[in-house]
Amino acid sequence: MALALVDGNNFYVSCERVFDPGLEGRPVVVLSNNDGMAVARSAEVRALGVKMGTPWFQMKDLARRHGIVALSSNYPLYADMSDRMMAVLSQFSPDQEVYSIDECFLGLDGFARRDLVAYAQAMRRRVRQWVGIPVCVGIAETKTLAKLANHCAKKHLAGADGVCDFGRLGEAELSRLFSTIAVGEVWGVGRRLSEQLAGRGIATVEALRRADAKTLRREFSVVLERTAMELNGTPCLELAEAVPNKQQIISSRSFGRYVHELGPLGEAIASYIAIAAEKLRSQGSLAGMVQVYIRTNPHKADSPQYQRSLTIPLSLASDDTLRLTQAALWGLKRIYRPGFAYQKAGIALLNLCAAGSVQRDLFAKARDNTRLMVAMDRINGIWGRGTLRSAAEGVTKDWAMKRERMSPAYTTKWSELPRVS
Amino acid sequence: MNRDQVPGASLLPAERLFSGLPPPCIPLPGYPLLASPVPAGFPSPAADFVEARLSLDEHLIEHREATFFVRVAGHSMTGFGIWDGDLLVVDRAIEAADRRIVIAVVAGEFTVKQFCRLPEGILLRANGPGHGDILIGPEQELIVWGVVRYSIHAV
Repeated sequence: MALALVDGNNFYVSCERVFDPGLEGRPVVVLSNNDGMAVARSAEVRALGVKMGTPWFQMKDLARRHGIVALSSNYPLYADMSDRMMAVLSQFSPDQEVYSIDECFLGLDGFARRDLVAYAQAMRRRVRQWVGIPVCVGIAETKTLAKLANHCAKKHLAGADGVCDFGRLGEAELSRLFSTIAVGEVWGVGRRLSEQLAGRGIATVEALRRADAKTLRREFSVVLERTAMELNGTPCLELAEAVPNKQQIISSRSFGRYVHELGPLGEAIASYIAIAAEKLRSQGSLAGMVQVYIRTNPHKADSPQYQRSLTIPLSLASDDTLRLTQAALWGLKRIYRPGFAYQKAGIALLNLCAAGSVQRDLFAKARDNTRLMVAMDRINGIWGRGTLRSAAEGVTKDWAMKRERMSPAYTTKWSELPRVS
Repeated sequence: MNRDQVPGASLLPAERLFSGLPPPCIPLPGYPLLASPVPAGFPSPAADFVEARLSLDEHLIEHREATFFVRVAGHSMTGFGIWDGDLLVVDRAIEAADRRIVIAVVAGEFTVKQFCRLPEGILLRANGPGHGDILIGPEQELIVWGVVRYSIHAV
Protein backbone atom coordinates (compact mmCIF):
# COMPACT_ATOMS: atom_id res chain seq x y z
CA MET A 1 0.00 0.00 0.00
CA ALA A 2 1.64 3.20 -1.11
CA LEU A 3 1.47 6.42 0.81
CA ALA A 4 2.63 9.97 0.21
CA LEU A 5 4.25 12.54 2.43
CA VAL A 6 3.42 16.06 1.26
CA ASP A 7 5.14 19.03 2.81
CA GLY A 8 5.43 22.75 2.16
CA ASN A 9 8.70 24.23 0.91
CA ASN A 10 10.01 26.80 3.41
CA PHE A 11 6.49 26.93 4.73
CA TYR A 12 6.60 30.11 6.85
CA VAL A 13 8.48 32.01 4.16
CA SER A 14 6.10 30.74 1.51
CA CYS A 15 3.09 31.93 3.53
CA GLU A 16 4.57 35.42 3.75
CA ARG A 17 5.29 35.46 0.01
CA VAL A 18 1.68 34.69 -0.90
CA PHE A 19 0.61 38.04 0.54
CA ASP A 20 3.73 40.03 -0.26
CA PRO A 21 4.75 38.93 -3.75
CA GLY A 22 7.59 41.46 -3.65
CA LEU A 23 9.40 38.96 -1.43
CA GLU A 24 9.65 36.41 -4.25
CA GLY A 25 13.26 35.85 -5.22
CA ARG A 26 14.54 37.88 -2.27
CA PRO A 27 16.35 36.40 0.74
CA VAL A 28 13.82 36.10 3.60
CA VAL A 29 14.07 34.70 7.12
CA VAL A 30 11.31 34.18 9.63
CA LEU A 31 12.34 34.60 13.25
CA SER A 32 11.30 32.51 16.23
CA ASN A 33 9.34 33.71 19.26
CA ASN A 34 10.86 36.91 20.60
CA ASP A 35 12.65 37.49 17.29
CA GLY A 36 15.40 35.26 18.63
CA MET A 37 16.60 33.09 15.80
CA ALA A 38 15.95 32.00 12.24
CA VAL A 39 13.33 29.26 12.09
CA ALA A 40 12.60 29.47 8.37
CA ARG A 41 14.98 30.44 5.60
CA SER A 42 14.26 31.01 1.94
CA ALA A 43 16.47 29.24 -0.63
CA GLU A 44 18.41 32.49 -1.15
CA VAL A 45 19.24 32.73 2.55
CA ARG A 46 20.32 29.08 2.66
CA ALA A 47 22.61 29.79 -0.27
CA LEU A 48 24.30 32.42 1.89
CA GLY A 49 25.21 29.68 4.35
CA VAL A 50 22.83 30.68 7.14
CA LYS A 51 21.99 27.64 9.27
CA MET A 52 18.66 26.88 10.88
CA GLY A 53 18.55 28.33 14.39
CA THR A 54 21.11 31.07 13.79
CA PRO A 55 20.44 33.83 16.35
CA TRP A 56 19.16 36.98 14.71
CA PHE A 57 21.68 39.30 16.37
CA GLN A 58 24.48 37.22 14.81
CA MET A 59 22.95 37.63 11.37
CA LYS A 60 22.25 41.35 11.39
CA ASP A 61 25.44 42.31 9.56
CA LEU A 62 24.95 39.70 6.87
CA ALA A 63 21.31 40.77 6.58
CA ARG A 64 22.25 44.37 5.95
CA ARG A 65 24.85 43.49 3.34
CA HIS A 66 22.60 41.13 1.38
CA GLY A 67 19.24 42.79 1.92
CA ILE A 68 17.82 39.87 3.90
CA VAL A 69 14.25 40.58 4.95
CA ALA A 70 13.54 39.37 8.50
CA LEU A 71 9.98 38.79 9.68
CA SER A 72 8.58 37.79 13.06
CA SER A 73 6.58 34.57 13.17
CA ASN A 74 3.00 35.28 12.18
CA TYR A 75 1.37 32.22 13.72
CA PRO A 76 -2.27 33.14 13.04
CA LEU A 77 -1.40 33.42 9.36
CA TYR A 78 0.58 30.16 9.25
CA ALA A 79 -2.13 28.28 11.11
CA ASP A 80 -4.82 29.45 8.68
CA MET A 81 -2.70 28.67 5.62
CA SER A 82 -1.90 25.25 7.02
CA ASP A 83 -5.60 24.60 7.54
CA ARG A 84 -6.30 25.49 3.91
CA MET A 85 -3.44 23.40 2.58
CA MET A 86 -4.52 20.33 4.54
CA ALA A 87 -8.13 20.78 3.46
CA VAL A 88 -7.08 20.89 -0.20
CA LEU A 89 -4.89 17.78 0.21
CA SER A 90 -7.75 15.92 1.89
CA GLN A 91 -9.52 16.09 -1.47
CA PHE A 92 -6.94 13.66 -2.83
CA SER A 93 -7.43 10.87 -0.30
CA PRO A 94 -9.84 9.96 2.48
CA ASP A 95 -6.88 8.75 4.56
CA GLN A 96 -5.04 11.81 5.74
CA GLU A 97 -2.83 12.21 8.76
CA VAL A 98 -1.78 15.79 9.42
CA TYR A 99 1.64 15.42 10.97
CA SER A 100 2.75 18.99 11.56
CA ILE A 101 1.87 22.50 10.49
CA ASP A 102 3.17 21.86 6.99
CA GLU A 103 3.32 18.09 6.52
CA CYS A 104 0.73 15.41 6.03
CA PHE A 105 0.62 11.76 5.06
CA LEU A 106 -1.93 10.58 2.52
CA GLY A 107 -2.88 6.93 2.11
CA LEU A 108 -2.88 5.98 -1.57
CA ASP A 109 -4.65 2.65 -1.32
CA GLY A 110 -6.51 1.73 -4.43
CA PHE A 111 -4.60 3.98 -6.78
CA ALA A 112 -2.83 2.29 -9.68
CA ARG A 113 0.91 2.55 -9.10
CA ARG A 114 1.72 3.95 -12.49
CA ASP A 115 -0.55 6.94 -11.98
CA LEU A 116 0.87 8.04 -8.65
CA VAL A 117 3.42 10.52 -9.96
CA ALA A 118 0.80 12.22 -12.11
CA TYR A 119 -1.54 12.27 -9.10
CA ALA A 120 1.14 13.83 -6.94
CA GLN A 121 1.74 16.49 -9.60
CA ALA A 122 -1.97 17.26 -9.54
CA MET A 123 -1.73 17.72 -5.76
CA ARG A 124 1.20 20.11 -6.17
CA ARG A 125 -0.60 22.14 -8.81
CA ARG A 126 -3.80 22.43 -6.81
CA VAL A 127 -2.11 23.49 -3.55
CA ARG A 128 0.01 25.99 -5.48
CA GLN A 129 -2.97 27.48 -7.21
CA TRP A 130 -5.59 27.35 -4.48
CA VAL A 131 -3.43 28.31 -1.50
CA GLY A 132 -0.22 29.59 -3.06
CA ILE A 133 2.14 27.23 -1.24
CA PRO A 134 4.73 25.19 -3.17
CA VAL A 135 4.99 21.61 -1.92
CA CYS A 136 7.00 18.46 -2.58
CA VAL A 137 5.66 14.90 -2.52
CA GLY A 138 7.46 11.70 -1.53
CA ILE A 139 5.81 8.35 -2.31
CA ALA A 140 6.80 4.99 -0.85
CA GLU A 141 5.53 1.88 0.97
CA THR A 142 6.19 3.10 4.51
CA LYS A 143 6.08 6.40 6.36
CA THR A 144 9.83 6.47 6.99
CA LEU A 145 10.53 5.86 3.31
CA ALA A 146 7.92 8.40 2.21
CA LYS A 147 9.65 11.03 4.34
CA LEU A 148 12.95 10.10 2.74
CA ALA A 149 11.42 10.23 -0.74
CA ASN A 150 10.11 13.70 0.06
CA HIS A 151 13.61 14.74 1.11
CA CYS A 152 14.96 13.41 -2.20
CA ALA A 153 12.31 15.30 -4.15
CA LYS A 154 13.05 18.50 -2.31
CA LYS A 155 16.83 18.33 -2.67
CA HIS A 156 16.71 17.00 -6.24
CA LEU A 157 18.41 13.74 -5.26
CA ALA A 158 15.82 11.62 -7.05
CA GLY A 159 12.52 12.02 -8.85
CA ALA A 160 11.68 15.17 -10.80
CA ASP A 161 9.67 18.39 -10.45
CA GLY A 162 9.12 18.06 -6.72
CA VAL A 163 7.83 14.47 -6.79
CA CYS A 164 9.77 11.33 -5.97
CA ASP A 165 8.23 7.83 -6.04
CA PHE A 166 10.57 5.16 -4.69
CA GLY A 167 8.32 2.56 -6.29
CA ARG A 168 9.66 3.67 -9.64
CA LEU A 169 13.26 2.88 -8.70
CA GLY A 170 14.75 -0.57 -8.90
CA GLU A 171 16.51 -2.19 -5.95
CA ALA A 172 19.97 -1.40 -7.35
CA GLU A 173 19.09 2.25 -7.89
CA LEU A 174 17.67 2.54 -4.38
CA SER A 175 20.81 1.06 -2.86
CA ARG A 176 22.98 3.47 -4.79
CA LEU A 177 20.79 6.40 -3.78
CA PHE A 178 20.71 5.42 -0.10
CA SER A 179 24.47 5.03 -0.01
CA THR A 180 24.80 8.71 -0.76
CA ILE A 181 22.42 9.94 1.96
CA ALA A 182 23.62 10.44 5.53
CA VAL A 183 21.84 8.34 8.16
CA GLY A 184 20.87 11.53 10.04
CA GLU A 185 18.33 12.29 7.31
CA VAL A 186 16.18 9.35 8.37
CA TRP A 187 13.04 10.22 10.30
CA GLY A 188 13.71 9.61 13.96
CA VAL A 189 17.50 9.65 13.74
CA GLY A 190 18.68 12.78 15.49
CA ARG A 191 22.17 14.16 15.83
CA ARG A 192 23.15 12.15 18.88
CA LEU A 193 21.84 8.90 17.47
CA SER A 194 23.59 9.44 14.14
CA GLU A 195 26.86 10.02 16.00
CA GLN A 196 26.39 6.79 17.91
CA LEU A 197 25.53 4.94 14.69
CA ALA A 198 28.54 6.41 12.95
CA GLY A 199 30.61 5.04 15.80
CA ARG A 200 29.39 1.57 14.80
CA GLY A 201 30.08 2.10 11.14
CA ILE A 202 26.54 3.00 10.14
CA ALA A 203 26.86 6.36 8.42
CA THR A 204 24.47 6.10 5.50
CA VAL A 205 20.84 5.20 5.03
CA GLU A 206 21.93 2.13 3.11
CA ALA A 207 24.06 0.95 6.03
CA LEU A 208 21.12 1.30 8.41
CA ARG A 209 18.89 -0.54 5.95
CA ARG A 210 21.34 -3.46 5.80
CA ALA A 211 22.00 -3.57 9.54
CA ASP A 212 20.72 -6.55 11.50
CA ALA A 213 17.37 -5.66 13.05
CA LYS A 214 17.84 -7.72 16.20
CA THR A 215 21.23 -6.15 16.85
CA LEU A 216 19.75 -2.68 16.45
CA ARG A 217 17.06 -3.54 18.93
CA ARG A 218 19.56 -4.84 21.44
CA GLU A 219 22.18 -2.12 21.10
CA PHE A 220 19.85 0.83 20.63
CA SER A 221 16.07 0.56 20.89
CA VAL A 222 13.03 -1.12 19.46
CA VAL A 223 12.19 2.23 17.84
CA LEU A 224 15.36 2.08 15.76
CA GLU A 225 14.62 -1.53 14.85
CA ARG A 226 11.22 -0.44 13.53
CA THR A 227 12.83 2.42 11.63
CA ALA A 228 15.18 -0.01 9.91
CA MET A 229 12.29 -2.33 9.10
CA GLU A 230 10.37 0.60 7.64
CA LEU A 231 13.41 1.45 5.51
CA ASN A 232 13.22 -2.08 4.17
CA GLY A 233 9.61 -1.67 3.16
CA THR A 234 7.84 -3.24 6.14
CA PRO A 235 5.28 -0.77 7.49
CA CYS A 236 5.36 -0.55 11.30
CA LEU A 237 3.72 2.82 11.77
CA GLU A 238 0.00 3.04 11.11
CA LEU A 239 -1.67 5.99 9.46
CA ALA A 240 -3.31 7.48 12.52
CA GLU A 241 -7.01 8.15 12.25
CA ALA A 242 -7.11 10.95 14.77
CA VAL A 243 -4.54 12.91 16.69
CA PRO A 244 -4.08 11.25 20.10
CA ASN A 245 -4.87 13.48 23.04
CA LYS A 246 -1.87 15.13 24.57
CA GLN A 247 -0.69 13.65 27.83
CA GLN A 248 0.49 16.97 29.07
CA ILE A 249 -0.06 20.50 27.92
CA ILE A 250 2.76 22.98 28.16
CA SER A 251 2.51 26.70 27.74
CA SER A 252 5.51 28.93 28.18
CA ARG A 253 7.24 31.89 26.55
CA SER A 254 10.38 33.91 26.94
CA PHE A 255 9.79 37.54 27.88
CA GLY A 256 10.38 40.53 25.64
CA ARG A 257 12.18 42.25 28.51
CA TYR A 258 13.50 40.97 31.82
CA VAL A 259 10.88 40.79 34.56
CA HIS A 260 11.80 41.36 38.19
CA GLU A 261 8.49 41.71 40.02
CA LEU A 262 6.04 39.07 41.15
CA GLY A 263 3.05 40.97 39.71
CA PRO A 264 3.96 40.74 36.02
CA LEU A 265 5.22 37.16 36.51
CA GLY A 266 1.81 36.28 37.92
CA GLU A 267 0.09 37.88 34.92
CA ALA A 268 2.22 35.85 32.54
CA ILE A 269 1.55 32.59 34.43
CA ALA A 270 -2.18 33.32 34.46
CA SER A 271 -2.13 33.92 30.70
CA TYR A 272 -0.33 30.67 30.01
CA ILE A 273 -2.79 28.79 32.21
CA ALA A 274 -5.67 30.32 30.25
CA ILE A 275 -4.23 29.14 26.94
CA ALA A 276 -3.45 25.67 28.23
CA ALA A 277 -6.82 25.31 29.95
CA GLU A 278 -8.61 26.14 26.72
CA LYS A 279 -6.71 23.32 24.99
CA LEU A 280 -7.48 21.05 27.94
CA ARG A 281 -11.21 21.67 27.65
CA SER A 282 -11.22 21.31 23.89
CA GLN A 283 -9.80 17.81 24.20
CA GLY A 284 -12.21 16.88 26.97
CA SER A 285 -9.54 16.34 29.63
CA LEU A 286 -8.96 17.36 33.21
CA ALA A 287 -5.58 18.05 34.76
CA GLY A 288 -4.54 16.42 38.00
CA MET A 289 -1.39 18.48 38.53
CA VAL A 290 -0.12 21.92 37.65
CA GLN A 291 3.58 22.62 37.22
CA VAL A 292 4.98 26.13 37.22
CA TYR A 293 8.53 27.28 36.54
CA ILE A 294 10.56 30.43 36.19
CA ARG A 295 14.15 31.08 35.22
CA THR A 296 16.73 33.72 34.53
CA ASN A 297 18.73 33.92 31.29
CA PRO A 298 21.37 31.15 31.42
CA HIS A 299 23.42 32.85 28.70
CA LYS A 300 23.89 36.04 30.64
CA ALA A 301 26.99 34.90 32.52
CA ASP A 302 27.46 38.03 34.60
CA SER A 303 23.94 37.98 36.11
CA PRO A 304 22.91 35.94 39.13
CA GLN A 305 21.18 32.75 38.02
CA TYR A 306 18.04 31.22 39.44
CA GLN A 307 15.62 28.66 38.16
CA ARG A 308 13.00 26.71 40.01
CA SER A 309 9.95 24.69 39.22
CA LEU A 310 7.18 23.35 41.42
CA THR A 311 4.49 20.77 40.77
CA ILE A 312 1.19 21.29 42.53
CA PRO A 313 -1.16 18.31 42.74
CA LEU A 314 -4.84 19.18 42.76
CA SER A 315 -7.19 17.56 45.24
CA LEU A 316 -9.62 17.13 42.37
CA ALA A 317 -8.67 17.05 38.70
CA SER A 318 -9.99 20.16 37.02
CA ASP A 319 -10.38 21.99 33.72
CA ASP A 320 -11.47 25.20 35.36
CA THR A 321 -9.20 28.12 34.36
CA LEU A 322 -9.84 29.88 37.66
CA ARG A 323 -9.00 26.84 39.77
CA LEU A 324 -5.85 26.07 37.74
CA THR A 325 -4.76 29.71 37.90
CA GLN A 326 -5.23 29.71 41.65
CA ALA A 327 -2.98 26.65 41.96
CA ALA A 328 -0.34 28.03 39.62
CA LEU A 329 -0.17 31.40 41.38
CA TRP A 330 0.13 29.70 44.72
CA GLY A 331 3.06 27.74 43.34
CA LEU A 332 4.61 30.84 41.82
CA LYS A 333 4.53 32.66 45.16
CA ARG A 334 6.47 29.79 46.71
CA ILE A 335 9.22 29.68 44.10
CA TYR A 336 9.60 33.40 43.38
CA ARG A 337 12.72 35.13 44.76
CA PRO A 338 13.19 38.88 44.44
CA GLY A 339 16.36 40.31 42.96
CA PHE A 340 16.59 38.20 39.82
CA ALA A 341 16.01 39.17 36.19
CA TYR A 342 13.58 36.52 35.00
CA GLN A 343 13.66 35.78 31.31
CA LYS A 344 11.21 32.91 30.97
CA ALA A 345 8.22 31.43 32.75
CA GLY A 346 5.96 28.56 31.95
CA ILE A 347 3.36 26.11 33.11
CA ALA A 348 2.50 22.52 32.35
CA LEU A 349 -0.78 20.72 32.96
CA LEU A 350 0.00 17.14 33.96
CA ASN A 351 -1.78 13.91 34.88
CA LEU A 352 -4.46 14.41 32.30
CA CYS A 353 -7.56 12.25 32.46
CA ALA A 354 -10.84 12.13 30.60
CA ALA A 355 -13.50 14.51 31.84
CA GLY A 356 -16.05 11.85 32.67
CA SER A 357 -13.76 9.68 34.70
CA VAL A 358 -13.22 11.63 37.89
CA GLN A 359 -14.98 10.81 41.14
CA ARG A 360 -16.43 13.82 42.85
CA ASP A 361 -14.93 14.67 46.22
CA LEU A 362 -17.56 14.55 49.01
CA PHE A 363 -15.82 17.29 50.94
CA ALA A 364 -14.93 19.60 48.08
CA LYS A 365 -15.99 23.15 48.77
CA ALA A 366 -14.88 24.44 45.37
CA ARG A 367 -17.51 26.12 43.27
CA ASP A 368 -18.39 24.33 40.05
CA ASN A 369 -17.41 26.71 37.28
CA THR A 370 -18.33 24.45 34.37
CA ARG A 371 -21.01 26.76 32.99
CA LEU A 372 -18.70 29.74 33.36
CA MET A 373 -16.00 27.92 31.41
CA VAL A 374 -18.44 26.88 28.70
CA ALA A 375 -19.65 30.45 28.33
CA MET A 376 -16.10 31.78 28.34
CA ASP A 377 -14.95 29.33 25.65
CA ARG A 378 -18.00 30.14 23.52
CA ILE A 379 -17.44 33.88 23.73
CA ASN A 380 -13.71 33.59 23.13
CA GLY A 381 -14.48 31.30 20.20
CA ILE A 382 -16.63 33.98 18.56
CA TRP A 383 -14.79 37.16 19.51
CA GLY A 384 -11.24 35.90 19.71
CA ARG A 385 -8.98 34.39 22.31
CA GLY A 386 -8.59 36.54 25.39
CA THR A 387 -11.87 38.47 24.97
CA LEU A 388 -12.86 37.14 28.36
CA ARG A 389 -10.04 36.36 30.70
CA SER A 390 -9.35 36.10 34.38
CA ALA A 391 -8.28 39.38 35.99
CA ALA A 392 -5.08 37.63 37.08
CA GLU A 393 -3.88 37.76 33.46
CA GLY A 394 -3.41 41.50 33.57
CA VAL A 395 -4.50 44.06 31.02
CA THR A 396 -1.44 45.69 29.44
CA LYS A 397 0.90 42.70 29.55
CA ASP A 398 4.15 44.51 28.84
CA TRP A 399 6.12 41.32 29.43
CA ALA A 400 4.67 39.83 26.23
CA MET A 401 7.12 38.60 23.66
CA LYS A 402 8.73 40.93 21.18
CA ARG A 403 7.50 40.59 17.63
CA GLU A 404 8.69 43.76 16.01
CA ARG A 405 8.67 42.60 12.44
CA MET A 406 5.33 40.92 12.14
CA SER A 407 3.43 41.00 8.91
CA PRO A 408 -0.31 41.71 9.10
CA ALA A 409 -2.85 39.02 9.97
CA TYR A 410 -3.86 38.90 6.31
CA THR A 411 -6.51 36.22 6.67
CA THR A 412 -7.73 36.51 10.25
CA LYS A 413 -8.32 40.23 10.96
CA TRP A 414 -10.66 42.42 8.93
CA SER A 415 -8.50 45.44 9.65
CA GLU A 416 -5.35 43.78 8.25
CA LEU A 417 -6.45 42.51 4.85
CA PRO A 418 -4.06 42.83 1.90
CA ARG A 419 -4.65 46.01 -0.11
CA VAL A 420 -5.05 46.14 -3.86
CA SER A 421 -5.09 49.25 -5.99
CA MET B 1 -39.88 22.44 32.99
CA ASN B 2 -40.77 24.21 36.20
CA ARG B 3 -44.00 22.89 37.62
CA ASP B 4 -44.96 26.31 38.94
CA GLN B 5 -45.02 27.99 35.55
CA VAL B 6 -46.73 27.13 32.33
CA PRO B 7 -45.22 29.53 29.83
CA GLY B 8 -47.66 31.18 27.51
CA ALA B 9 -50.59 30.42 29.73
CA SER B 10 -51.98 33.85 28.89
CA LEU B 11 -51.87 33.29 25.10
CA LEU B 12 -54.74 31.90 23.10
CA PRO B 13 -54.03 28.34 21.91
CA ALA B 14 -53.84 29.58 18.31
CA GLU B 15 -51.28 32.24 19.24
CA ARG B 16 -49.17 29.66 21.02
CA LEU B 17 -48.70 27.65 17.85
CA PHE B 18 -46.48 30.35 16.35
CA SER B 19 -44.88 31.65 19.51
CA GLY B 20 -42.04 29.11 19.53
CA LEU B 21 -43.31 27.69 22.81
CA PRO B 22 -44.14 24.05 23.26
CA PRO B 23 -47.63 23.02 22.08
CA PRO B 24 -50.53 24.02 24.36
CA CYS B 25 -52.08 21.70 26.93
CA ILE B 26 -55.85 21.86 26.76
CA PRO B 27 -57.49 20.87 30.02
CA LEU B 28 -60.32 18.36 29.64
CA PRO B 29 -63.14 18.44 32.19
CA GLY B 30 -62.57 16.04 35.08
CA TYR B 31 -58.96 15.28 34.15
CA PRO B 32 -55.91 16.77 35.94
CA LEU B 33 -54.07 19.53 34.07
CA LEU B 34 -50.63 18.46 32.89
CA ALA B 35 -48.14 21.13 33.85
CA SER B 36 -45.49 19.91 31.39
CA PRO B 37 -45.93 19.49 27.65
CA VAL B 38 -46.56 16.10 26.13
CA PRO B 39 -44.20 15.55 23.19
CA ALA B 40 -46.93 13.80 21.18
CA GLY B 41 -49.14 16.88 21.36
CA PHE B 42 -50.27 19.09 18.48
CA PRO B 43 -47.35 19.44 16.00
CA SER B 44 -46.35 22.73 14.49
CA PRO B 45 -47.70 22.97 10.93
CA ALA B 46 -44.46 24.70 10.01
CA ALA B 47 -42.33 21.76 11.13
CA ASP B 48 -42.15 20.15 7.68
CA PHE B 49 -41.05 23.38 6.06
CA VAL B 50 -38.23 24.40 8.34
CA GLU B 51 -35.19 25.25 6.30
CA ALA B 52 -31.72 26.39 7.23
CA ARG B 53 -31.27 30.13 7.53
CA LEU B 54 -29.62 31.81 4.59
CA SER B 55 -25.84 32.03 4.89
CA LEU B 56 -23.80 34.69 3.15
CA ASP B 57 -20.74 32.47 3.42
CA GLU B 58 -22.44 29.74 1.41
CA HIS B 59 -23.73 32.20 -1.14
CA LEU B 60 -20.49 34.07 -1.75
CA ILE B 61 -17.85 31.43 -1.25
CA GLU B 62 -17.54 28.48 -3.58
CA HIS B 63 -14.02 27.19 -2.81
CA ARG B 64 -13.54 27.74 0.88
CA GLU B 65 -9.84 26.85 0.98
CA ALA B 66 -9.03 29.08 -1.97
CA THR B 67 -11.09 32.15 -1.04
CA PHE B 68 -9.45 35.23 0.41
CA PHE B 69 -10.63 38.75 1.19
CA VAL B 70 -8.77 41.89 0.08
CA ARG B 71 -9.43 45.60 0.48
CA VAL B 72 -9.54 48.04 -2.45
CA ALA B 73 -7.38 51.15 -2.21
CA GLY B 74 -7.99 53.78 -4.89
CA HIS B 75 -10.38 54.59 -7.72
CA SER B 76 -8.95 52.69 -10.69
CA MET B 77 -11.99 50.44 -11.12
CA THR B 78 -14.96 52.63 -10.28
CA GLY B 79 -16.28 52.12 -13.81
CA PHE B 80 -16.82 48.47 -12.88
CA GLY B 81 -18.60 49.33 -9.64
CA ILE B 82 -15.55 48.64 -7.53
CA TRP B 83 -14.99 51.51 -5.12
CA ASP B 84 -12.24 52.68 -2.83
CA GLY B 85 -12.49 50.74 0.45
CA ASP B 86 -14.54 47.88 -0.98
CA LEU B 87 -14.13 44.35 0.30
CA LEU B 88 -13.39 41.90 -2.53
CA VAL B 89 -14.09 38.18 -2.38
CA VAL B 90 -11.23 36.58 -4.33
CA ASP B 91 -11.19 32.95 -5.46
CA ARG B 92 -7.82 31.45 -6.38
CA ALA B 93 -9.37 28.22 -7.64
CA ILE B 94 -11.00 29.83 -10.67
CA GLU B 95 -9.01 30.25 -13.87
CA ALA B 96 -8.65 33.76 -15.21
CA ALA B 97 -10.84 34.11 -18.27
CA ASP B 98 -11.36 36.91 -20.75
CA ARG B 99 -13.16 39.93 -19.26
CA ARG B 100 -13.05 38.68 -15.67
CA ILE B 101 -11.93 41.00 -12.89
CA VAL B 102 -8.75 39.62 -11.35
CA ILE B 103 -6.13 40.40 -8.76
CA ALA B 104 -2.79 40.38 -10.53
CA VAL B 105 0.76 40.87 -9.33
CA VAL B 106 2.65 43.55 -11.25
CA ALA B 107 6.14 44.59 -10.12
CA GLY B 108 5.64 42.84 -6.80
CA GLU B 109 2.41 44.72 -5.98
CA PHE B 110 -1.22 43.61 -6.02
CA THR B 111 -3.48 45.29 -8.53
CA VAL B 112 -7.15 44.79 -9.37
CA LYS B 113 -7.88 44.95 -13.09
CA GLN B 114 -9.97 43.45 -15.83
CA PHE B 115 -8.22 40.52 -17.55
CA CYS B 116 -8.50 40.85 -21.36
CA ARG B 117 -7.04 38.42 -23.89
CA LEU B 118 -5.73 40.22 -26.94
CA PRO B 119 -3.63 38.96 -29.85
CA GLU B 120 -0.72 41.07 -28.54
CA GLY B 121 -0.86 39.58 -25.06
CA ILE B 122 -2.88 40.14 -21.89
CA LEU B 123 -4.28 43.57 -21.20
CA LEU B 124 -4.97 44.45 -17.58
CA ARG B 125 -7.65 47.05 -18.01
CA ALA B 126 -8.46 49.77 -15.53
CA ASN B 127 -11.74 51.66 -15.57
CA GLY B 128 -11.48 54.77 -13.51
CA PRO B 129 -10.54 58.41 -13.80
CA GLY B 130 -6.91 58.88 -14.73
CA HIS B 131 -5.91 55.23 -14.47
CA GLY B 132 -4.07 53.43 -17.25
CA ASP B 133 -4.10 49.93 -18.63
CA ILE B 134 -1.16 47.56 -18.42
CA LEU B 135 -0.26 45.39 -21.39
CA ILE B 136 1.65 42.20 -20.62
CA GLY B 137 3.44 40.92 -23.72
CA PRO B 138 3.83 37.19 -24.45
CA GLU B 139 7.44 37.13 -23.16
CA GLN B 140 6.59 38.85 -19.90
CA GLU B 141 5.42 36.95 -16.86
CA LEU B 142 1.94 37.59 -15.56
CA ILE B 143 0.87 36.28 -12.20
CA VAL B 144 -2.85 36.14 -11.62
CA TRP B 145 -3.32 35.93 -7.87
CA GLY B 146 -7.05 35.19 -8.00
CA VAL B 147 -10.37 35.99 -9.64
CA VAL B 148 -12.66 38.57 -8.02
CA ARG B 149 -16.16 37.22 -7.56
CA TYR B 150 -17.88 39.86 -5.44
CA SER B 151 -17.28 43.42 -4.39
CA ILE B 152 -18.89 44.44 -1.13
CA HIS B 153 -19.51 47.88 0.29
CA ALA B 154 -21.92 49.52 2.70
CA VAL B 155 -24.51 51.89 1.26
